[in-house]
Amino acid sequence: MTFLRIKDLVVKVEGRPVLNGLNLEVGRGEVHAIMGPNGAGKSTLANIIGGKPGYETVTGSVSLNGVELLDLSPVERAYKGVFLGFQYPIEIPGVSNMEFLHAAVNSLRKEAGQDEISTIDFMKKVRSVANGLQLGSEFLKRGVNEGFSGGEKKRNEIVQMLMLEPKLAVLDETDSGLDVDALRVVAEGVNQFRSEERAIVLITHYKRLLEYVQPDYVHVITDGVIVRSGDDTLATEIEERGFNWLAEA
Amino acid sequence: MPDSSLSATPNLLQRTYEAGFVTDVESDILPPGLNEQTIHWISQKKNEPKWLLEWRLDAYRHWLEMDEPQWATVTFDAIDYQDISYFSAPRGDKPKSLDDVDPEILQTYNKLGIPLHEQELLAGVERPEGRPPVAVDAVFDSVSIGTTFRESLAEEGVIFCSFSEAVHEYPELVQKYLGRVVPKSDNFYAALNSAVFSDGSFVYIPKGVRCPMELSTYFRINSQNTGQFERTLIIADEGAYVSYLEGCTAPMRDENQLHAAVVELVALDDAEIKYSTVQNWYPGDEEGKGGIYNFVTKRGSCMGKRSRISWTQVETGSAITWKYPSVILRGDDSVGEFYSVALTNNHQQADTGTKMTHIGKNTKSTIISKGISAGKSSNVYRGLVRMNPGAKESRNFTQCDSLLIGENCAAHTYPYIEARRRDAVVEHEASTSKVSEDQLFLCQQRGIDGEKAVAMIVNGFCKDVFRQLPMEFAVEAAKLLEVSLEGSVG
Repeated sequence: MTFLRIKDLVVKVEGRPVLNGLNLEVGRGEVHAIMGPNGAGKSTLANIIGGKPGYETVTGSVSLNGVELLDLSPVERAYKGVFLGFQYPIEIPGVSNMEFLHAAVNSLRKEAGQDEISTIDFMKKVRSVANGLQLGSEFLKRGVNEGFSGGEKKRNEIVQMLMLEPKLAVLDETDSGLDVDALRVVAEGVNQFRSEERAIVLITHYKRLLEYVQPDYVHVITDGVIVRSGDDTLATEIEERGFNWLAEA
Repeated sequence: MPDSSLSATPNLLQRTYEAGFVTDVESDILPPGLNEQTIHWISQKKNEPKWLLEWRLDAYRHWLEMDEPQWATVTFDAIDYQDISYFSAPRGDKPKSLDDVDPEILQTYNKLGIPLHEQELLAGVERPEGRPPVAVDAVFDSVSIGTTFRESLAEEGVIFCSFSEAVHEYPELVQKYLGRVVPKSDNFYAALNSAVFSDGSFVYIPKGVRCPMELSTYFRINSQNTGQFERTLIIADEGAYVSYLEGCTAPMRDENQLHAAVVELVALDDAEIKYSTVQNWYPGDEEGKGGIYNFVTKRGSCMGKRSRISWTQVETGSAITWKYPSVILRGDDSVGEFYSVALTNNHQQADTGTKMTHIGKNTKSTIISKGISAGKSSNVYRGLVRMNPGAKESRNFTQCDSLLIGENCAAHTYPYIEARRRDAVVEHEASTSKVSEDQLFLCQQRGIDGEKAVAMIVNGFCKDVFRQLPMEFAVEAAKLLEVSLEGSVG
């Protein structure tokens, strides 16, 4: 059954068309990789799903489990289980990761009608998640992404995803700028997250990440539309031939 | 798509000023107007000794010759000093104990979270076990209505009472130190205060005593058309330590009201004074109508060797703030500190900062200032670091950060440095940043709504200063920031 359904999506940024009638369907339990050259509209797609301001939706629909996301504010989308892993995670100086995660976890729980998580349970969980991503306990006291290296910031996105347990995770180039070891750690995090209940959309330039996280489907975007879909052999083909042959086809 | 951006909704800044109620109590109010007779009247009402009357009159004569300072980046209509009442007190004799205080007034302090019964807690904040309570001097309009824990403090030799009582009970101490740090002709507002001050708090910590609890004064303006002119004098004798807290609120009114206080701190050899303020005077409404003019002179003198004075202030209220808590580093090896958070919203104006005057050898000062502007407000940091010729091997570190919320506010930094020695080390760091839409979006995407997100980002920005506050105040300050920012995003 389709979980995320994107239909005939046309989006402009500062008057310039970026998505030109994009269609995509993602079911629960599936991992979809989205590849494409620079400027093809990959990040726009991620930001539109998350609800980032600054995009003009001309036509089309983005629905999750039958609910139209485009009618919801970013925080309401988070309540529905949408998670966006940022390509360039931003710093919030002075707000510790612990404080930030605690506020986010409890806010989502409150919205779902659950009690606040106990401090002990929260600490247990956050320590174990941070350990898994090889971020030491000092990490929890530091400001959100404050003074983090590029790799640490990306791992922090995965920490947030594992803590918040969304239903749909859209990861925008979470693999870029990572060395091989960090890439493996991030991939393990994604695999740990993967389940029958959840859908994952991985946006990436390279096949590298897909060697560790095996996608069910691979799509190629150029000029704001999906020009080709296939299984992971498509990723191998792109690695060998580039993107241009698809655009010309 | 609903727009949750900051720029789309710059004017939704509203605040709920919870302290804005009026207490219905009968008061004796002096008719508006100021002349020598007014001063005679106040002095007589307080049964003051002749020297103090003369001191007041001398201040008044100086004041007549002075002009309001024009250098601050604030604008307001001229104040008519003949239109202000200089004394207002609840009717009747001063209550002999807190049990005799008008229940309406006690209720006022309860509503404000300031307990005047010794078994209760300040601001309702649970204290960890073993942590001592906070002693309170409650100043209502022009008079102190009571001071808690006086007896238990007296056992340690600590004097904590209203200024008026100190004048009668400890005249030598008052006469010795009054005006010693802030001379009566120091500036226009200080001279006015010296002429007409009505009450305030007095603290003396004897040699070698570490004050066993936090002391605090809570200032409340209630009457209409009155000004509040109180004086605080804190003396820490050799090797003494005290942590002092100050809070203040006023009703919501369409007229502006003047608050011109003077605070003097004296630290002798090896003494330490920590002075913390959470200033929440009524800031005026969204259109900039009403609010308190907070024109205050605060100065500490590190008279003794190795003495230390710290000012920590969280300024969220007042229509206009004009305030520069300063330290004169006279004793060798003395230390002065200034930690400040100043938040302005709507039409508020703040011109605040500090002066560190290095006189003794090997003196050190630290200045951390965090200015937050929202709405159409203006927020100025103004500071002076002065290294005198005798201040051998002295140093200062200054950090001024400004945070802007929205598109219509302003932040300015005016750091003045006067170094008269080649070995002086003066460091200055400054930054200006905005609560960015990306930060806000990150929080919202993780399920934290806009208002909570802004409060969280602002609290993070202020962390270095909040860390300096005693626990009760840190909690209150964080809450206050949250309330002050209410409605800042759509």
